[in-house]
Amino acid sequence: MLKSLFNILVFPGLFFLFVFGLAADFIDRKFCARLQNRRGPPWFQPLADFLKLLGKEDIIPEEADTAVFKLMPIVALASCVAAFLLIPLWSLKPRVYFQGDVIVVLYLLTVPTLTYFLGGWYSRSIYSMIGAVRSLTQLFAYEVPLFMSILACALLADTWSLEGMAVFYSRHPGYWMFNLLGFAIAVISLLGKLEKVPFDIPEAETEIVAGSFTEYSGRLLAFFRLSLNIEMVVGGSLLAAVFMPFGLKLPQPIGFVLYLAKVILLIGVISLLRSVFARLRLDQMINFCWKYLAPLAFLQVLINLILKGVLAR
Amino acid sequence: MHDLGEVKVPFGPQHPALKEPESFLITLHGEKITALNIKLGYNHRGIEKACEERTYIQDLYLIERVCGICSHAHSTCFVQAVEEIAGIEIPPRARYIRTLIGELERIHSHLLWLGVAGHEIGFDTLLMYTWRDRELVMDIFAGVTGNRVNYGINTFGGVRRDVSAEQSKEILKVIGTLQERTRYYLELTQQEVTLAKRLSGVGVLSAEDALKLGAVGPTARASGVKRDVRYDDPYAAYAEIDFEVITDEHCDVYGRTLVRIKELLESYKIIRQLLEKIPQGALSVNVPRKIPSGEAFSRYEAPRGEDVHYVKSNGTEKPDRVKIRAPTLANIQTVSKMLEDRYLADMPIVIAAIDPCFSCTDRLISIQRPLHKRKKIIPWESLRQEGIRWYKKRGIDFSGLNRKLKDSL
Amino acid sequence: MKKAGKITRQLLRSLLKKPATLNYPSERSGMPQGFRGKIKFFPEHCIGCKMCMRDCPSGAINIKQVGEKQFEAEIDLGKCIYCGQCVDSCLKKALEYTPEFELAQLERGKLKVVFNAKTINPDKK
Repeated sequence: MLKSLFNILVFPGLFFLFVFGLAADFIDRKFCARLQNRRGPPWFQPLADFLKLLGKEDIIPEEADTAVFKLMPIVALASCVAAFLLIPLWSLKPRVYFQGDVIVVLYLLTVPTLTYFLGGWYSRSIYSMIGAVRSLTQLFAYEVPLFMSILACALLADTWSLEGMAVFYSRHPGYWMFNLLGFAIAVISLLGKLEKVPFDIPEAETEIVAGSFTEYSGRLLAFFRLSLNIEMVVGGSLLAAVFMPFGLKLPQPIGFVLYLAKVILLIGVISLLRSVFARLRLDQMINFCWKYLAPLAFLQVLINLILKGVLAR
Repeated sequence: MHDLGEVKVPFGPQHPALKEPESFLITLHGEKITALNIKLGYNHRGIEKACEERTYIQDLYLIERVCGICSHAHSTCFVQAVEEIAGIEIPPRARYIRTLIGELERIHSHLLWLGVAGHEIGFDTLLMYTWRDRELVMDIFAGVTGNRVNYGINTFGGVRRDVSAEQSKEILKVIGTLQERTRYYLELTQQEVTLAKRLSGVGVLSAEDALKLGAVGPTARASGVKRDVRYDDPYAAYAEIDFEVITDEHCDVYGRTLVRIKELLESYKIIRQLLEKIPQGALSVNVPRKIPSGEAFSRYEAPRGEDVHYVKSNGTEKPDRVKIRAPTLANIQTVSKMLEDRYLADMPIVIAAIDPCFSCTDRLISIQRPLHKRKKIIPWESLRQEGIRWYKKRGIDFSGLNRKLKDSL
Repeated sequence: MKKAGKITRQLLRSLLKKPATLNYPSERSGMPQGFRGKIKFFPEHCIGCKMCMRDCPSGAINIKQVGEKQFEAEIDLGKCIYCGQCVDSCLKKALEYTPEFELAQLERGKLKVVFNAKTINPDKK
């Protein structure tokens, strides 16, 4: 019982995610800055931002629905942390595992987007409402390719649990190479989920001020931003567990270091993509996702189905 | 898709997309813009009136501060008007130096615009790169003129400072670096997929509309209208320099971007010619403090378009009337035309594409309604009393304010 | 020919270059000579013609007579627009530019700088 509490609150639960989330934010900002030929913030900047926001006053608009407004950041944070406990990180077994937990993890990662929508909609400010609607519209575009590419890997492993997939891929080293197309699609879709350029349409600063987060301030904004950072870590960990499932049998602490390296590499790729592209318009993004990403994801599923038949022999 | 019904979104006066305050009230239907209401005047500072109470020398610095980015344009335009009234011919070296600073200003303004346009479409990398290159030009300004903005290099009868041989070599070196970088930006604009998607087909303005609405500068030139004051009505040293007027047939924001980048390349050519041909000689001639009565009208091709100044003098040390028509005032009417039936996401880039400088724009304009033919001229003192009465009716009392300010100082 | 991610090569090269920004305030780059910063007054050259006061666009400089052919100047750094017209108008070259531009103060009174007639060093009120 004490061990479970320790797992949930400290490691690899809330406290570890807090530290890693802030570190991921720092790495993202520093790397982006160096790519743009400037210095970037010092290492304690995300922590300083978080503490500063905690000290400011929460201003809630009069017409906003106070209960939903205050609840959304906590729900976002909670679902991200819950998803983290289900992913095999640096060993074959995650903290909690059962058949079908792939679907549960993907669902838990969709909950933050819903909280952005609800938080923005119930703020009743025109900018938040537009941002909220955009957020939901974007959800329909990137969710399908993301789900398809992850399920393609699950298909090859013939199991619906992440632990089963980890075991399968460790037993057959080299099989993860078949999923490279899915990997590329998943990284691009992850950009959409995390709302980073070129898909940061719901939070387009120059068009709708801050989208769903316009009316948030103080502690609520601190937790929303923290949940955004933690979502980046959790999304990265999920992709690392599904598409880079090698080295899971190594002894600690080498396995831990390998895990950190994988997630930091993914964050680096996200930062690079962030600096290379301009922001797309909503209709252009939906066109792109449905014309190119979704068919490629279906192709990956097809390839894996054929391979399953071939390799079983 | 989704239906928010009809919503009125205020875009300004304070908004992250606008660098200066101006109010655009958009009526949205989902993501499409159905109506646009523009209100000007948030940056009005009473400069034209203030000019009448200061001497010409003091006005020189006041007019420069109409705008931070095109300050040399306003200053030179004003000085040219006054020199025309006084009938003064300035020495050739002074003309070349004025042109040199004018072209350097065009470079820094267009690089700034490239960065701002990149930021408006979410491409922050372009912002960082172009503003880093712009720093090279600002350092030249600090060395040659003494300040990074608001150069103060003009004076009546010529210029105040000289460009030494070392500084010329420095300028040529910087131009070389910038030319390489600008060629890269041209390639980037023509090849990067996401830029093309955001910039093409957005903010379309046909050539007839450009002529009808009175667009000037790169906004008009991108619709194929060949209008450039440096070419049509040469001033300073432009009559002796060989350059081309850049036009483009795209008629949209993409065309405007290309026009500005190619104008940068033209400016480098012009500066090289200037530094080669600059004649030796005096820097200025003496101009009396009291300018004889007369009026003059002068034009200048600012980075944003045609800048027009009108000065009327009455024989004393202070001008009688100064009127400024900035290029953005001519271009802002095209914004409503360009945004008909477009998406909300296009709004920031379309406004940024005319290169708005609202500090220049907000001057005095008199609008004559066709039915009301009467005009009323209100004397200054009675206007002031009217203002005090208007506020007192609403419970705000300004009496004693001057004394309170003086005490706190 | 449209490519995606054309700027990637430049980005990766920037990783290896030194950053273009300075870590202000521990690293400073000064302004070049001739930069129009704070104005300096030499009381021994002043003849009290007050041409500088006449031409100043904001009324920032004030010349006072404190003795027989001795003048002191009070410059209000808050009002000064650093145009340097006073330097040009002065017939006896009693005013000069310095490249000092970090002039912020926390109290308004500290912005008035007095150049005494007795000494050359400025005295902050």
